[in-house]
Amino acid sequence: MTKPTVTSDRNAEGVCIRIAGDLRTQSLDQIEGAFKSISPDGKDVIVDLSGVQSMDTGGAWLVADLERRIDTSGATVHLEGLQEAHASLIETVSKNIPEAVGEQAPPRGLVETVARVGERTAGAWKDSVSIVGFLGLTLHRLVRTLIMPWRLRRAALVSQMEQTGFKALPIVSLMGFLIGVVLAFQGATQLKQFGAEIFVVELISISILRELGILLTAIIVAGRSGSAFTASIGSMKVQEEIDAMRTLGLDPIEVLVIPRVLALLIMLPILGFVADIAGLVGGALMSWIDLGVSPGMFLTRLKENTDVWQLAIGLIKAPFFALVIGVIACWQAMQVKGSSESVGQRTTASVVQSIFMVIAIDALFSIFFSELGI
Amino acid sequence: MDGATLQQDSQTGAQREAVIKVRNLTNRFGPQVVHENLNLDVWRGEVLGVVGGSGTGKSVLLRTIVGLNRPAAGSIEVLGVDVLDGPEDERKRIEKSWGVAFQDGALFSSLTVLQNVMAPLREHTGISESLMQALGGLKISLVGLPQLSCSKFPSELSGGMRKRAALARALSLDPEIVFLDEPTAGLDPIGAAAYDDLIRELQQALGLTVFMVTHDLDSLYAICDRIAVLAEKRVLVEGPIEEMTKVDHPWVQEYFTGPRARAAQQKGQDR
Repeated sequence: MTKPTVTSDRNAEGVCIRIAGDLRTQSLDQIEGAFKSISPDGKDVIVDLSGVQSMDTGGAWLVADLERRIDTSGATVHLEGLQEAHASLIETVSKNIPEAVGEQAPPRGLVETVARVGERTAGAWKDSVSIVGFLGLTLHRLVRTLIMPWRLRRAALVSQMEQTGFKALPIVSLMGFLIGVVLAFQGATQLKQFGAEIFVVELISISILRELGILLTAIIVAGRSGSAFTASIGSMKVQEEIDAMRTLGLDPIEVLVIPRVLALLIMLPILGFVADIAGLVGGALMSWIDLGVSPGMFLTRLKENTDVWQLAIGLIKAPFFALVIGVIACWQAMQVKGSSESVGQRTTASVVQSIFMVIAIDALFSIFFSELGI
Repeated sequence: MDGATLQQDSQTGAQREAVIKVRNLTNRFGPQVVHENLNLDVWRGEVLGVVGGSGTGKSVLLRTIVGLNRPAAGSIEVLGVDVLDGPEDERKRIEKSWGVAFQDGALFSSLTVLQNVMAPLREHTGISESLMQALGGLKISLVGLPQLSCSKFPSELSGGMRKRAALARALSLDPEIVFLDEPTAGLDPIGAAAYDDLIRELQQALGLTVFMVTHDLDSLYAICDRIAVLAEKRVLVEGPIEEMTKVDHPWVQEYFTGPRARAAQQKGQDR
């Protein structure tokens, strides 16, 4: 390929521009600036193209654009030495040059910023209304399923229970175990200072049973199953499977949402219980190694000083967490529009929102129980 | 014509240049043999239609030529460059001289139509943003899309518009060869005919060579210069469509003399 060149001569009568070489899109960057700097100043222009060896639409666009620019400035323009094929290409291109190209950049200013904040606020309000509506719809279908249990999709429910519950057992119990170890270890260092090592049992049992066990389990499940719900139902939405279901007289809530939410409702308390036990085991092991509190002593102390209520208070929260995770994940999935990009965004939003809501609800319960005095 | 083969046309005696040369190609997926000793030439400036029954490996052939599928044996030359074992930099250069429009567009869903068309320019040229936008807009206008669609996302377009946008993206580097996979599948007859005309127009205006996998008899009659029929794991016959009816092979006979073929032929003559 020959390098494209642009040279221009000025004389009394007008301007002569010589263009030569290969005018191809890939090498246009070398002559783009030269083309832009050409200004006819109202003089007549002759464009000599006899040195042009080849031309594609990119090169033709530059010539056509030059022609048009000179034309609108009031001067006359002549193309000379043009090969026939190139002439017809330039003609095709100039016929197709659009009036205005491109996307308008969104306006940036104080008014637009305020308007955007307003739009977002209105959007957030609408989303809240919509999600509460979806919660109501899900609860209605859930109750209907309980009244008419034969409508329940049992195969889907069992499969979801396996996915969200059974397969989460290893990670949840490992997490519980490690939390117990960490609490025992950290607690021991502090309690040793005033010789109150034995209180490590209460530290571990109350914090794990009441708060940490179920809270961390819910966070893991939100990340693990919430994202899976949004991604799978969201992809079905993109593929129009949800619409197909509706036309077949199937209720997507009943077919897709209920088995998932119900599976979480059943499995999250079980997972929370497993995490509690694993936490106690981890704590007891660490207390034994680090403080010399034997497992027997740990168990006796646990029985004497920790009420079974502590366990109950922890597990009571589980169904609420499960409902929030399931409903947010499925609602986000239903908001997926069009592209696969949207599935990714909604999955992220689903996980962030459900973890935030789990922590917020946990805080509310905390206040509620302390007001009740338990 | 760096290294590309010139050959005498047996009928017209005119010189023609093979831009794609496929020799002894074999494709195998596990025990299933799709192509065996397949030979095919594509001449510069022609529209070649590749037809064949389902599962005869039309799309596999296309994917093999553009390097998306590694064949078990054989050689492929595009514009004189061995695309399978040639030097890396030559192969990179060749990749810029073809454009591929996939069946369902395969547009990048996170980019607008204009950004999709600009993507190859951004990657392979050093031209300014404004020129890129101008050339992108030109390509969009060339394929007959309204400028309003520039800022739309692929998911907001109809199937036909997506196909046009995919063609605009395939054309963005002004390739010499364009590969089209089922360009008119899923379009209504009017839309399909308009798309055929568009391909013909662009092919003549830009001097393209078109390699087209299709099922559409109307397209075959309307725009294809030559047809290659894939059957029995090879190119069974190739030639102009008038010769197809004379081929003594059950599938080819049924395909080109069936009622739909006769109707398409009628239409092709009317146009």
